[in-house]
Amino acid sequence: MLASLRRILALIRKEILAVLKDARTRNMLLLQPVLQCLLFGYAATLDLNNVPYAVVDRDRSAASSALLAKLDGSGVFHRIANLTDAAQMKTLIDNQKVLVVIQIAPNFQSRLSAGEPAPIQVIADGRNSNTAGAALGYVGAAVESFNADWRSDHGLPPPPVQVNPRAWYNANLETRWNLIPALVGTITMMSTLMLSALSVAREREEGTFDQLLVTPFRPVEIMAGKAIPAMMIGIVQATNALLVAQLWFRIPFAGSYVTLYVGLILFLLAAVGIGLFVSSVSATMQQAMLFAFVTIMPFSLLSGLTTPISSMPPIMQDFTLINPLRYAIDLVHRVYLEGASLGQLVPDLWPMAIIAAVTLSAAAWMFRNRLE
Amino acid sequence: MSDAAPSPLLAKARRVGALIRKEGRQVVRDPSSFAIGVVLPLMLILLFGYAMSLDVKHVPVAVVLEDPSAQANEIAASFQLSSYFETRVMRSMAEADALMQSGAVEGIVRVPADFARRAAQGDASVQVLVNGIDGNTARIVEAYAEAAVAQSGARSGAEGQADSGGGAQATVESQLWFNSADDSRYFLVPGLIVLIITLIGAFMTSMVVAREWERGTFEALFVTPVRTDEILLGKTVPYFLLGMGGLLLCMGAARFLFDVPIRGSFPILMGVSMLYLLVSVATGLLISSSLKSQFLASQVTLVATFMPALMLSGFIYDLHSVPLAIQLVSYLVPARYFVSLLQTLFLAGDVWSVIQPNAAILAVVAVVMLALTRRATRKLLG
Repeated sequence: MLASLRRILALIRKEILAVLKDARTRNMLLLQPVLQCLLFGYAATLDLNNVPYAVVDRDRSAASSALLAKLDGSGVFHRIANLTDAAQMKTLIDNQKVLVVIQIAPNFQSRLSAGEPAPIQVIADGRNSNTAGAALGYVGAAVESFNADWRSDHGLPPPPVQVNPRAWYNANLETRWNLIPALVGTITMMSTLMLSALSVAREREEGTFDQLLVTPFRPVEIMAGKAIPAMMIGIVQATNALLVAQLWFRIPFAGSYVTLYVGLILFLLAAVGIGLFVSSVSATMQQAMLFAFVTIMPFSLLSGLTTPISSMPPIMQDFTLINPLRYAIDLVHRVYLEGASLGQLVPDLWPMAIIAAVTLSAAAWMFRNRLE
Repeated sequence: MSDAAPSPLLAKARRVGALIRKEGRQVVRDPSSFAIGVVLPLMLILLFGYAMSLDVKHVPVAVVLEDPSAQANEIAASFQLSSYFETRVMRSMAEADALMQSGAVEGIVRVPADFARRAAQGDASVQVLVNGIDGNTARIVEAYAEAAVAQSGARSGAEGQADSGGGAQATVESQLWFNSADDSRYFLVPGLIVLIITLIGAFMTSMVVAREWERGTFEALFVTPVRTDEILLGKTVPYFLLGMGGLLLCMGAARFLFDVPIRGSFPILMGVSMLYLLVSVATGLLISSSLKSQFLASQVTLVATFMPALMLSGFIYDLHSVPLAIQLVSYLVPARYFVSLLQTLFLAGDVWSVIQPNAAILAVVAVVMLALTRRATRKLLG
């Protein structure tokens, strides 16, 4: 038992040396999570703060300028043109100079004063319908705010029922708070899965795997020697990403680190299990790498990272049940933002444990069958 | 056989031909190139077409009716009838609270006990609590709750109360140009094409030169009469063809599976796509020949080509709204220009003022990348 442990430790030391001895690889593995978090933390926002727009104001009244002042003062919209002719707007939209054009009809103020609904026309560039939809939402909010002012200025009562919205765990609904914790899981999965998939394939390609076989190592020991270093690197990467989240983006950490790391270790076991299984079916590094990639792709797209799981069709939702990243993202979110305890996380923990058990034993079986 | 020495051009063509044949066989015989050339595009097409959607559907919410009045029930019913939500109606806030803590619901709509009484006086309120972690979904739950409540409020106002002035309001009539049905596939499919071409083009090529270095077969090539540009041509052509296969798959899927219109002209669409494919292949070769390590090359390709194509190309996230520094970085991402071209050619038409500058930039990038690759490879010869 002790001898076995000592052999595994020796393998781990050798494996870590092999990965980290090359300065370029070392920098890549350690800096990449930091860079990605920084870059995507700023880039990945569905919140708009700079929507170029143009206006065709045919009313030129106090009411229409009050409405436009709402838009200009929102901090979201930037007016780049005042058009006199609706024909000009086609050029502006076609060339992506503006995202939104607002047309105000000549009877805008008179209709409002007469107590009739006064429509304004809003045209959005639907080439990216996602952004366009968000921009229309912001226009709606500005118009609501204009309406509220108009009511109070003209002595009209507020609407009979009001809604008091409040968001838990992320009061300002910032995309970044959602994304960065999710990246902690995604980035570590990509690296650990690839590292474990490639480490065996590399030895096979270089011929050192055969040498390993004539040593007293047992297959399980070889596997542990491959799995543990990859997990250690994954933990360091996750820590780096968490540091960026807290020290740079100042996203408050609500939970306990012990809970988080227990969850991450289970998740990394599952990721390494998949990686080792991939490596056991690949003959070359290129194959290991491409197969690993073909596995990572659906896992990251069907994890809830980019689109919500609840809007996927049922069969795809069923598929996400075998996706360890799905549980990891949920787990990091809930520990990080909600402060969930281990007991509350059981629904995330046991599926990851099962995935880890299945993939690791499948990989072990493949190893033994290839070895003997 | 003639005695005359073959012309230099013919010999060159024969050498390149031999290299292409060798590389092509390697591609065809390796199951992993099938995985990346066929399985991956098909998988992405299916995932993007059928699984990924930013539209919010079936969000689990709890409606807490502390007030049993008909008006309160009406609000609950409007949630139950909506396809956006999976609604559970309950009487106690504590129960809803527990569901939210455990993650079983994403939001709570609470109709307080004095709702009907205060609604009669015209100042009732409904509390909406959402789990803000997924801000996008949260916003939609909020907006829907507001609309449902406003509707029931307007109805009761019209029925009983004196006119609350509900008519005098500016309202928004919106039009979505180029995608009037607001179909999210219209913007996912062009994005998908960018991702697939980036992957096929850059990912496989990033490994091939590095592999030859690791195995020492590259040095073996140096002692043959083959020249650097011939080696590069021999590497480019097979992977370019593989990428063309993936490209045609995508175009077919876009047109026939997802019914995305192609409003620009098809030859131009194919032309700019081939230009971008060339950029991707050249990027992969450059990474590969400068790093000479398969592991490193694969990781750098992932970080330098795929992730930016996903996150910084304007495909999902709007580039107007990111900080200036990130905007500047995005100008270095070739995918950005390709996304702009694809969105315009698919949905808007042949807008030359968009096509010309973007295509010109892609052409320049392709030439620069190929030149850099040639330098990186030649240096090794010395």
